[in-house]
Amino acid sequence: MVNRTRNLYLVPYITWIALFVVAPIVLIVYYSFFDVEGQFTLGNYAKFFTPVYMRMTFSSFWYALLITLFSLLVAYPTAYLLTRLKHKQLWLLLIILPSWINLLLKAYAFLGLFGTYGFANAVLEMVGIGTQQILFTDFSFIFVSVYIFIPFMVLPIYNALEELNPSLVYASRDLGASSWTTFRRVIFPLTLDGVKAGCQAVFIPALSLFMITRLIAGNRVITLGTAIEQHFLVTQDWGMGATIAVFLIIAMAIIMIITGNRR
Amino acid sequence: MNKTFRWSNLYLFAVFAILYAPIIYLMVYSFNSGGTMHSFEGFTLEWYSEVFADTRLLIIVLNTFVIALLSAAISTMLGVIGALAIRHVRRRQPRNALLSFNNVLIVSPDVIIGASFLILFTMIGIRLGFTSVLLSHIAFSVPIVVLMVLPKLQEMSPSLIDAARDLGASSLDVLTKVVLPFIKPGIFAGFFMALTYSLDDFAVTFFVTGNGFSTLSVEIYSRARQGVSLSINALSTLLFLFTIVLVIGYYFINRRNSRPAVREGGK
Repeated sequence: MVNRTRNLYLVPYITWIALFVVAPIVLIVYYSFFDVEGQFTLGNYAKFFTPVYMRMTFSSFWYALLITLFSLLVAYPTAYLLTRLKHKQLWLLLIILPSWINLLLKAYAFLGLFGTYGFANAVLEMVGIGTQQILFTDFSFIFVSVYIFIPFMVLPIYNALEELNPSLVYASRDLGASSWTTFRRVIFPLTLDGVKAGCQAVFIPALSLFMITRLIAGNRVITLGTAIEQHFLVTQDWGMGATIAVFLIIAMAIIMIITGNRR
Repeated sequence: MNKTFRWSNLYLFAVFAILYAPIIYLMVYSFNSGGTMHSFEGFTLEWYSEVFADTRLLIIVLNTFVIALLSAAISTMLGVIGALAIRHVRRRQPRNALLSFNNVLIVSPDVIIGASFLILFTMIGIRLGFTSVLLSHIAFSVPIVVLMVLPKLQEMSPSLIDAARDLGASSLDVLTKVVLPFIKPGIFAGFFMALTYSLDDFAVTFFVTGNGFSTLSVEIYSRARQGVSLSINALSTLLFLFTIVLVIGYYFINRRNSRPAVREGGK
């Protein structure tokens, strides 16, 4: 009896897994062995290891690393300070709220803010620096990306900090550790899991950003995500796109293992 | 001490200011009669009337909501079934395997999901458009529903089911009268998450949408690439207000659900 009901539940669920989890990955790998004409080839992989693609991969990783690092630098103090506020649940909700707003709209808002006559330039003008080209630079790309990812970094760190037993911090202070030492030797190591989870939640999407690269960075920054989109939707070279996707999946798996759950 | 506290408040204030500046900027300029996203000239509702006069845009809005509601409803059903399936698997190893498969779509970058679904739909011959967008939204919302429902299921004591069985309830009765009411908060949370996932999605939709069919995100993207137009601002303001309503709704549902738990904890 129990057995029969169990099987019934599994049928639609396994079907979903087979169709939308397993099949797409298999198809991506399959397509990576074909060229534009539909001939079997290993050429896509050979092409991936040419300097053009290697440089793109490297810069993609570099940008993702910078974005993750800056997000962490902003998010950790934010999360830490949040845990000390009175209505912290409400404040946390306010931090998360912007992440519920469509990504496109936020990117679009920055088109206005960073534009030649936008608010950012008006401020620069006022302090006497003068109008700068902000849009379509590395700075604007990283700034907007960090802006978008901050809530995803704050949340896991906040949760880790909440789980931290405050008596450990008091003990450390009582034993004569300075606040910096306490942070370095007690608080940070104990919240490392949250930091890892946050980095994972930021790094992987940052590797594959493509909309922001087009809108904000004006095609100057080409990430792995942009390249995949380009191959699939513009040049129609699905094989090459699939090959890049295969490498992105591998990179993703490695990151998951490094930052992975210890349980 | 007092001084450091003030610095920390300043820091938090700056973070909040930066988080909300773009959104507020967008909203303020939706009332600008000047027609640009700089130099505010005067108050106007022109852009809002333009949004409501644009039938093409309204159809797209309608499409977006139909997709969101349908995909959320269907993925909630599938997700609940999935959570029940995972819960019924007793052995540890297959259960973990199922969970890992479940999480693949959550951690996968949108671009990969989009590209692989594009291949999938082309292979099995589904025409790109409403169906393909709906199917992919269902597909990527299922795992999040599972993750929302599963903890509730694990919270439920097995003796509840045993009691129902002992009292003569059939399997169906156990499901509809005991299990489903108990996990209802998880189901609602899952539905809301699926709804916001669908409304929020751009990348996956962008890949599988084809010509002719469009959702709001894709439409905003193509318009934004042509430059600033304040009707997008007006539209985003409306969307923002809608999102807030959704979030507040979600918050209250969550609070109503967590209250009994708190009471239990206090006992």
